[in-house]
Amino acid sequence: MAASGSGMFIRCEVDEPAASDAAIAKQLASVCPVDIYADDSGRVRIVDSNLDECILCGLCLEVGPAGAVRVLKLYDGGRLLERPAAAGA
Amino acid sequence: MRFYEFEAKTLLGMSGVPVSKGGTALTADDAARIAGEVGGDVVLKSQVLSGGRMKAGGIKFASAAEEARTAAEQILALEIGGQRPRCVLVESKQPVKKEYYAGVIYDALAKLPVAIFSDLGGIDIEQVAETHPGHVARVHFSTFSPFPEFKMKELVASLGISGGELNALTRIMSQLAQAFLRYGLTLAEINPLAQLDDGSIIALDSHLDMEEEARDGQAALLARLGIGREETRLARPPTPFEIRGAEVDASDHRGVAGRVVEFDGTLGCVIGAGGGSLTIFDAIRKFGGDPANYCEIGGNPSVKKAAELTKLILSKPGVGKICVIMNVVSNTRVDIVARGVVKGVIEAGYDPAEKIAIFRIPGSWEDEGFKILEKYGVEYCDRSVPMSEAARRAVEKMRKAKGEPEVVA
Repeated sequence: MAASGSGMFIRCEVDEPAASDAAIAKQLASVCPVDIYADDSGRVRIVDSNLDECILCGLCLEVGPAGAVRVLKLYDGGRLLERPAAAGA
Repeated sequence: MRFYEFEAKTLLGMSGVPVSKGGTALTADDAARIAGEVGGDVVLKSQVLSGGRMKAGGIKFASAAEEARTAAEQILALEIGGQRPRCVLVESKQPVKKEYYAGVIYDALAKLPVAIFSDLGGIDIEQVAETHPGHVARVHFSTFSPFPEFKMKELVASLGISGGELNALTRIMSQLAQAFLRYGLTLAEINPLAQLDDGSIIALDSHLDMEEEARDGQAALLARLGIGREETRLARPPTPFEIRGAEVDASDHRGVAGRVVEFDGTLGCVIGAGGGSLTIFDAIRKFGGDPANYCEIGGNPSVKKAAELTKLILSKPGVGKICVIMNVVSNTRVDIVARGVVKGVIEAGYDPAEKIAIFRIPGSWEDEGFKILEKYGVEYCDRSVPMSEAARRAVEKMRKAKGEPEVVA
């Protein structure tokens, strides 16, 4: 089962099997500067109360296979946040 | 932050300014003991941060320990300006021959400290300046160059004082001015500065205020005076609104979103940025607006913190709209503040388009911020609109909402 959550401005989604990958859960919890992802016994858990604190750094998008983690800007028609490398290209 | 008189006198004493012999009493017994130790006539003074102590009965005289006990009992039970006394200062009563005024304040227009001296002490210096301008002398001095003692001599001498009196007063003016610089003070006043019957000069009362931002740099001094971090030492006790604002600010280490000061108006202010708060507040007043509060935001507060501050301001009775105005920001993200403010308005049960009179925060991540504001229909403007114009537009919107006629500036 995928992990997902929506705030007022930001939605985050993590597809299976990345959401149940212990290494990915640990990495996501580690890279997010505003604690949107938690490592819940080896599963990714989205911390809903922190979603709107997202600073759009894109570090989470670098974790796991391309496209497995998605950040959507709900205030911008649900536009996907781009991976930093792609954004800079 | 303001010092109690007994603390001010400790600080003056550390700076070499002569002060009366005495001590502080927490109980009437303490007061009687100190009066006995001091000997002779004593004066007992309520230690509150407000003025008007004499009129309120917070200053009494006694000629024996038992009298001092009774006086202290009365003073300790007396509330002045809504404040209970911290303690009672018991000092020897001095035989005063003449009273002077010595002060140092910061002149914001000249951007320099200014030393003020008058040979009419014991009354408000503002009153002396108005009624006897020839008895008030002023001189500016630098905060960078070595301290110019000669300027203090010229200052005192300009009122016709000479001889030993001139030397003694010059020394005290210099000590006061150097204390002002050394301890990060914004106001240093000795009033009255008394000449006693034996010709010596002594500080009878003093009022010192320290710059709030100097507190960290003066940690050793504050520790020596026993002043804890929790003591705000404002001119009046904080209101519940202000206490809640401080709680919001302390709830998260990120940025500043709090430091609120409550006013009676109807236009809520979410304002900030490097002195921007003061400029915006003044602009709102200039255009006839009535701010409900002063506040400072900046340094990238979290969305939650900005939202909580917004909710707090909107919870104040009578607040019709809020204005969100900052100078051009570089260390605060526009989109994060926009999210916080919009979220706060919605969580408070209002429509952002109706409740936010104007959003004028240009700078970092403004494109993302403006997208948020557009989605919620909030009027916003970029850096091409001055802060003062944004303030004017906010005041106009408030006026229209109240059904008042438009004012042409």
